[in-house]
Amino acid sequence: MDKIPILRMGDFLLVTIQVDMHDRLAMALQDDLTRTISQTEAHGVLIDISTLEIVDSFIGRMLSNIAAMSRVLDAETVVVGMQPAVAITLVELGLSLPGVRTALNVDAGMELLRSSVNAHKELYGSRLH
Amino acid sequence: MAVVSTENVPVKTEPDVVAVRRRVREVASQLGLSLVDQTKLITAASELARNTIIYGGGGSMEMQVLNGPRNGVRLIFQDNGPGIPDIELALRDGFTTGSGLGLGLGGSKRLVNEFDIVSYPGSGTKITITRWK
Repeated sequence: MDKIPILRMGDFLLVTIQVDMHDRLAMALQDDLTRTISQTEAHGVLIDISTLEIVDSFIGRMLSNIAAMSRVLDAETVVVGMQPAVAITLVELGLSLPGVRTALNVDAGMELLRSSVNAHKELYGSRLH
Repeated sequence: MAVVSTENVPVKTEPDVVAVRRRVREVASQLGLSLVDQTKLITAASELARNTIIYGGGGSMEMQVLNGPRNGVRLIFQDNGPGIPDIELALRDGFTTGSGLGLGLGGSKRLVNEFDIVSYPGSGTKITITRWK
């Protein structure tokens, strides 16, 4: 089965979705990501969806789930690169991706992750190991 | 208004949903629909194709290219599943009998210009959507 690669960049995990995902692939990504967060103790996840031509309710739910699950695992999620036509369609469909942070591109997304991780460290101190 | 071309796409397994999206995009872009209109139509098709599989036990999609005062694409999703007992309720946002978000039917209705649904308990469901250029 196809697999969507998860790259590790320091404290963060990077996922670029470049295929039109069928539902099972989306579910597999959700599982892989949560497992990788807990294994690597990553503090942030960046998901690049700039090549996605649509986000329907299933993919939208997957993005919300990933954001919620990573939050529980002490990692922030930022979704970047959504195409304008996709954003328009998504909202009209009735989805506003509650709980999902977004940024226009990878650079802005990384900046957002870095600043939220830093703010978190200042508040709670760094982890003990 | 004339039907210029018709094709049937099976909607039986999960990968078929991806095939439906790809095929609808090809046809909608050939017809010159704007990117936003293409995206709306493909998203609606994706929702309905998934419904056809999950709730209808599989079926088919007929895709028609329409020519007339306005050009457009019409998609007819058909299954022989259990049918929808209360259509009005099924169209309401948030209502689901499955594990989804309950946005599929009501949401796809908002994404197209015409939406028609015929369903009787025990005799399947037929949903017709049209997006005009």
